Amino acid sequence: MITIQNIFKSFEDKQVLSNISTVFEPGKTNLIIGRSGSGKTVLLKSIVGLHDVDEGTIFYDNRNFTQMNEKLRKKLRQEMGMVFQGGALFDSFNVEENVRFPLDMFTNKTAKEKQERVDFCLDRVNIDKAHKLYPAEISGGMKKRVAIARAIVMNPKYLFCDEPNSGLDPETSLVIDELIHELTVDFEMTTVINTHDMNSVMEIGDKILFISEGVTCWEGDKDKILEAENQKLQEFVFANKTYRQQRDEKIDSKN
Amino acid sequence: MKFFFHVGRYFTLLGRAFSRPEKHRIYLRRLFIELEQLGLDSVGIVAIISIFMGGIITLQVAYNMSSPLFPSYLIGLGNRDTLILEFSSTILALIMAGKIGSNITSEIGSMRVTEQIDSLEIMGINSASFLIMPKTLAVVFIFPFLFVLSVFFGLIGGLIVGPAVGAVTAPDYINGIQYMFTSYYVTFSMIKTLFFGFLVATVPAYFGYYVEGGAFEVGAASTRAVVNTNILILVFDLILTQLLF
Repeated sequence: MITIQNIFKSFEDKQVLSNISTVFEPGKTNLIIGRSGSGKTVLLKSIVGLHDVDEGTIFYDNRNFTQMNEKLRKKLRQEMGMVFQGGALFDSFNVEENVRFPLDMFTNKTAKEKQERVDFCLDRVNIDKAHKLYPAEISGGMKKRVAIARAIVMNPKYLFCDEPNSGLDPETSLVIDELIHELTVDFEMTTVINTHDMNSVMEIGDKILFISEGVTCWEGDKDKILEAENQKLQEFVFANKTYRQQRDEKIDSKN
Repeated sequence: MKFFFHVGRYFTLLGRAFSRPEKHRIYLRRLFIELEQLGLDSVGIVAIISIFMGGIITLQVAYNMSSPLFPSYLIGLGNRDTLILEFSSTILALIMAGKIGSNITSEIGSMRVTEQIDSLEIMGINSASFLIMPKTLAVVFIFPFLFVLSVFFGLIGGLIVGPAVGAVTAPDYINGIQYMFTSYYVTFSMIKTLFFGFLVATVPAYFGYYVEGGAFEVGAASTRAVVNTNILILVFDLILTQLLF
């Protein structure tokens, strides 16, 4: 479980996050949604410690992350996995080496054990016959799946995904969403996804945190989002014609 | 103020880069890869540049010492000492700052803008150490060898060009390159190459590590890295020459 309490973050004079508090529970896909520039990525990077917050605290299962020194943070980070927007695979490593890298760095497993784990993770994300290919030789969707395999190879307790669907076609996006959701449930991970893709929201949003201009505007889940009365959330959600129609149909059926 | 900011951040980065590695075996493997990529792959260009440098120095010395009062073997001596004292150490370092330095900045800079460095940090890896330490050790280790190779090929260049254009006979040239050899000149230049190697690896690494933006900024950072490395090489050349002579 990740607990965030009263987070503030600014860059020079610009206040990016103001007083954000929430709880992300294990076994659920927790989504942070909002428009581009709303502060989603800064919030996610603050949670994982890539940005230091100005005020507030972040707890990982009651461990105060904000007060940890670099050594303790490094240790905790071995319990985290992160999927970056572009995959962030290492260009000079092939698919297999990318996934094996955390095992090489932090475990004393034998080569055979590592290979088995790599094969298991790649199999889990449906990567077949691409083990020896380099990131430049695979598609965007495959890169994301390899990044997910790398993120889960150490059996993380916390999984973070920054815009996992960006740049992908709707079908592949759905596959990625389902995969993340499955892995979250199967491995009982606390998953936090940063997205502005409404399809993801409606498919896998076990918990949704909507932020606008760095402030929490709404919290709920996919079942409540269409009925939410928050003005800013409505503008965000119903910018999509499909969801506008769904809402209108719901209202009509009620009348 | 900006100057002090960069100096402070550079030394902080060095502190992180030279902290204890997470896994020595992985770092050792990286070191060998860097030795090949940054060191061995530079041998060809060093050889070509040095042959031309040696040939040109031989011609310049010959044309400027045309007086019958100067024995012609001094042409070989002039080429040898110029190569050892400045050209094969300082000039070569300036050229390597362009080749190796821009390579390091663009590699690390690209990793920064594509979030590969963030990815290392999230895994709990000291990205500065993982990326910068093996490169620095490789360049510092390989630079003295490149210096020796450069002197060798420079002398060969003089031996080819001098007799070919009739500026000096081969026996006179060979006599000259052995005449009044001062071994301290080699020690002096070896010490310089260690400093230059360190600068050529760490200054571009600094510019790459802190780049922000995209491809354009990585290109701009590469240019800044090479310019600043060149200036620092010349400053250190001046200081070390004053200190070591």
